Amino acid sequence: MATTKYTKDHEYIRIDGDVGTVGISHYAQEQLGDVVFVELPSSGKAVKKGDSAAVVESVKAASDIYSPVSGQVVEANPDLEGAPATVNDDPAGKGWFFKVKIANPAELDELMDEAAYKAFLDTL
Amino acid sequence: MRYLPLTPQDRTDMLAKIGVAAVDDLFANVPKSKLLKGLVDLPKAKGELDVERIMGAMAAENITASEVPFFVGAGAYKHHVPASVDHLIQRSEFLTSYTPYQPEIAQGTLQYLFEFQTQVALLTGMEVANASMYDGSTGAAEAVLMAHRVTKRRKAILAGNLHPHYRDTIETLSRMAGDELVSLEPNPADASADLKAVAAAIDAETSCIVIQTPDVFGNLHDLTAIAKKAQDAGALLIAVVTEVVSLGAVTPPGAMGADIVVAEGQSIGVGLNFGGPYVGLFATKQKYVRQMPGRLCGETVDAEGRRGFVLTLSTREQHIRREKATSNICTNSGLMCLAFTIHMTLLGETGLRRLAAINHANACDLADRLADVDGVEVLNGSFFNEFAIRVPGDAAKVVEKMAKKGVLAGVPAARLWPKHKALKDIILVANTEVNTDDDRAAFVAALGASL
Amino acid sequence: MSMNNQGRPTAAGEAGAASAHPTFTGNKALQIEEALIFEIGRPEVTGVDMPEPKKVKSRLGKLARKEPIDLPGLSEPETMRHYVRLSQKNFGIDTGLFPLGSCTMKHNARLNEKMARLPGFGDIHPLQPVSTVQGALELIDRLADYLKELTGMPAVAMSPKAGAHGELAGMMAIKAALEAKGEGHRKTVLVPESAHGTNPATAALIGFEVKAVPAQADGTVHVSDVKAALTPDVAAIMLTNPNTCGIFEKEIVEIAKAIHDAGAYFYCDGANFNAIVGKARPGDLGVDAMHINLHKTFSTPHGGGGPGAGPVVLSERLAAFVPYPFIRAGKGFSLVEEGGKLDKGEMPFGRMSAFHGQMGMFVRALAYMLSHGADGMKLASEDAVLNANYIRASLADLMSLPFGNQPCMHEALFDDEWLKNTGVSTLDFAKAMIDEGYHPMTMYFPLVVHGAMLIEPTESESKASLDLFIATLRDLALSAKRGQVERFKNAPFHAPRRRLDETRAARNPVLRWTRPQPYAEAAE
Ligand SMILES: Cc1ncc(COP(=O)(O)O)c(C=O)c1O
Repeated sequence: MATTKYTKDHEYIRIDGDVGTVGISHYAQEQLGDVVFVELPSSGKAVKKGDSAAVVESVKAASDIYSPVSGQVVEANPDLEGAPATVNDDPAGKGWFFKVKIANPAELDELMDEAAYKAFLDTL
Repeated sequence: MRYLPLTPQDRTDMLAKIGVAAVDDLFANVPKSKLLKGLVDLPKAKGELDVERIMGAMAAENITASEVPFFVGAGAYKHHVPASVDHLIQRSEFLTSYTPYQPEIAQGTLQYLFEFQTQVALLTGMEVANASMYDGSTGAAEAVLMAHRVTKRRKAILAGNLHPHYRDTIETLSRMAGDELVSLEPNPADASADLKAVAAAIDAETSCIVIQTPDVFGNLHDLTAIAKKAQDAGALLIAVVTEVVSLGAVTPPGAMGADIVVAEGQSIGVGLNFGGPYVGLFATKQKYVRQMPGRLCGETVDAEGRRGFVLTLSTREQHIRREKATSNICTNSGLMCLAFTIHMTLLGETGLRRLAAINHANACDLADRLADVDGVEVLNGSFFNEFAIRVPGDAAKVVEKMAKKGVLAGVPAARLWPKHKALKDIILVANTEVNTDDDRAAFVAALGASL
Repeated sequence: MSMNNQGRPTAAGEAGAASAHPTFTGNKALQIEEALIFEIGRPEVTGVDMPEPKKVKSRLGKLARKEPIDLPGLSEPETMRHYVRLSQKNFGIDTGLFPLGSCTMKHNARLNEKMARLPGFGDIHPLQPVSTVQGALELIDRLADYLKELTGMPAVAMSPKAGAHGELAGMMAIKAALEAKGEGHRKTVLVPESAHGTNPATAALIGFEVKAVPAQADGTVHVSDVKAALTPDVAAIMLTNPNTCGIFEKEIVEIAKAIHDAGAYFYCDGANFNAIVGKARPGDLGVDAMHINLHKTFSTPHGGGGPGAGPVVLSERLAAFVPYPFIRAGKGFSLVEEGGKLDKGEMPFGRMSAFHGQMGMFVRALAYMLSHGADGMKLASEDAVLNANYIRASLADLMSLPFGNQPCMHEALFDDEWLKNTGVSTLDFAKAMIDEGYHPMTMYFPLVVHGAMLIEPTESESKASLDLFIATLRDLALSAKRGQVERFKNAPFHAPRRRLDETRAARNPVLRWTRPQPYAEAAE
């Protein structure tokens, strides 16, 4: 089974071999409100951990999505452009943003696992 | 003071409620030494009658476009505006409202903006238009920045026959933003040479080419080929129109492949106003809408399912995106959009086409009459309602002399290109529906007597 | 992610009980539903009668328009009705109290409209011979003098077309000045987070990097924080004064000095100048550049979102860089445009727009100034401040103030702390105000204050008007605290429209009308 890790900025990365699928947590989509637009990176783009890699927009706000790891974008979710509401409806599933080929697996160790993220949310 | 409702007793009572002794206690944060003790050195309050006298005296020193035969254009045009337009824009609910931030009580503004956007899109032949820019020139500068964002390049090419004020506005913003700009030389006598020069300048770094049609000398341009050339090189075509009435008679830029159209909308509904306020029209293709500057009004429904309108796609704008916004524009030209859209509604397709036809016919008539004046040459192969003439000698002096004879003949090219000696003998002459046969006869006579 | 959850509910919510008395038309007496011009107009109808054009040989060549435009036309009576009905769906200052903080919705005198329509101002062309527009140049020059006197600044650029455009002109002057000194490497502009969005957007537009300076618990920026941020690459600070929280920056003189000592410039956002006209002068405070929104402080109407005008006053350090065109007074008035003769030291940085600025707004602003006079303008500032403080003092026991119960300037800022656990948000509260016949205050701005409610009554309100407004807000506040959520949740109930679905508008943008497809085509 793939493991999922989280950042303090509410991105998740679901790890599947050397590819990670990046999206935002259920908590984040709730805080944002209705998502109306998502700007995604083109595949092939090199990203560094912490770089702004995508933008998610609600009606009144635009938020940057930071890449949880360094690597190369291999795919962006083609369905989000036509159906941004997917981010609200199914953030952990169909509402993923992009897939990244992980350059440095050690970076994953700096992220929170499910339990740690839950505990982190309780502090907010 | 007629504008201030508080009485001295009100002020005393209110200070008591607030719990301070004097109004200056409320200014306690102002450093004591900086709080003005007396009054600034300006006149004291005046009644309406006195203000009217003072301002009326200044107004009376100017020669107005309606009192003389008037042929001045070059980016601002004298047209007749129906009386109902000015009446309607002075309705309190339009005049004294703000940007429609509370859509439930601003449907009036929002609906006319939606209608305005649609009219602009139809006129320019484009897919979408925004809710206005300050004017045509600032719209052109914003269009260049938008092209940079779309293409991720930073070099613009300006046609030589672009209005020099537009060129300078773009040039100033580009220089300050650190972008590259190629600005070509004007070419009044051979308009097609201008497009050739633009085509030759396009390279792999070019983000956009900026071409005006009718150009500043009045020539009409077919942009179809150059649009393709630009797009093949990955650049955008920005078409500039300074006389929107022309769109009632000529092929719109959208039909010739333009990616962005910016226009000065003053001719429809808005007076000359000595240069402002005017209204910038800004239209583009649907696929570029998220890179667009300015406000956008969109259709939606309310909680009861009724159609309504709201400002939308605001994440492009400064109040949300701040330093990453597509533009810093906030206040735009709201009321001038209203004037434009009312006048355009009154005209409709039939009226606009008639208006454009009259403008063109009047200009042709003047051009024909000038053909008979010795030493005067009309330079244009094609034009809409404005053309360039060459006169023997110093055109600025000729225009001054004609003004003394009671004819405002046009804009001497030297006013717009002070450093171009070769343009010293050129006058830009505009002719709209307001000009009569008598006006044109007066023009010809005054010109003949001023050479 | 950069969690920006300023987002508030943007769907339409629930309708609640529909009208108990539905009508056949959907109209409600004076509230008449109005279709789009594209639905009621016809291309063959026109409301403008014009003669036949002359018969001439066309000079349009092959560019004569071939395709129809598809523009609808309306006759004059239909046009009047369409726009009058639309106007009745709008709230203006003349309708009622319009306490939109930062926007200064004060009375718009009709004398000013009348003056702007004098043919000698409204019907002259920007490029007609300068000898024929001496009165117009005199008017601009006089207004410039008044602005300089009111601000204590030596120079002013008149051409910017709104506040944000004035910001751009001011920051361009700063950039030009830095470059003239060989200090073009200064790339950072300090902007507090409470700033209006136009400030960072303007700085970024011309290549500056924006760095935040914090405000302290009292809502002001402290000189110590500015000093800490003043690295050698700082070009300028952009500070609003009075600030966007409605507070006068009490360390402004020290801040100006620190900025100057560091070789940087002080840009002041003058959107709130209306609080201090005739009371204090930015020039005396050390400001280098400040735009003045003539449509706010000097009451040229907002017109549903413009036009405005944004002249920017400049200090001695920036005066040389005033952009083209500018007026020179001597024997008569001349206009200095590109290529014109410059005096020693003049270094215009370029041009902001075609022509000379917002003449129509200049006329109105000068009519305002002449009417008020030095005495009336000072009193107007005092009354604006008095009115705002009266509201603050009258609501402070019910609504929470983010920076304590200290005097404010021309606007009173509340947060939503007092709404906690009521189930009512700032947005709900604002929408309930609509039902009570008020335009809501500015909400959710400045961003640094949670659920901000920024109330600017202006000097145009009588005490009776303020008393009723206060009573209304108190009633609403008590109602919210008592848990009468239904009064708020789906408000407004009585406006021409209920809450609008902004989510839908943004997800599927419909930005123009399109002709419904004929049935046959649609069925294909
Ligand atoms: C504080 C502040 N700064 C700048 C602006 C921008 O002014 P304008 O809308 O005239 O461009 C505004 C107006 O909305 C404002 O409130």
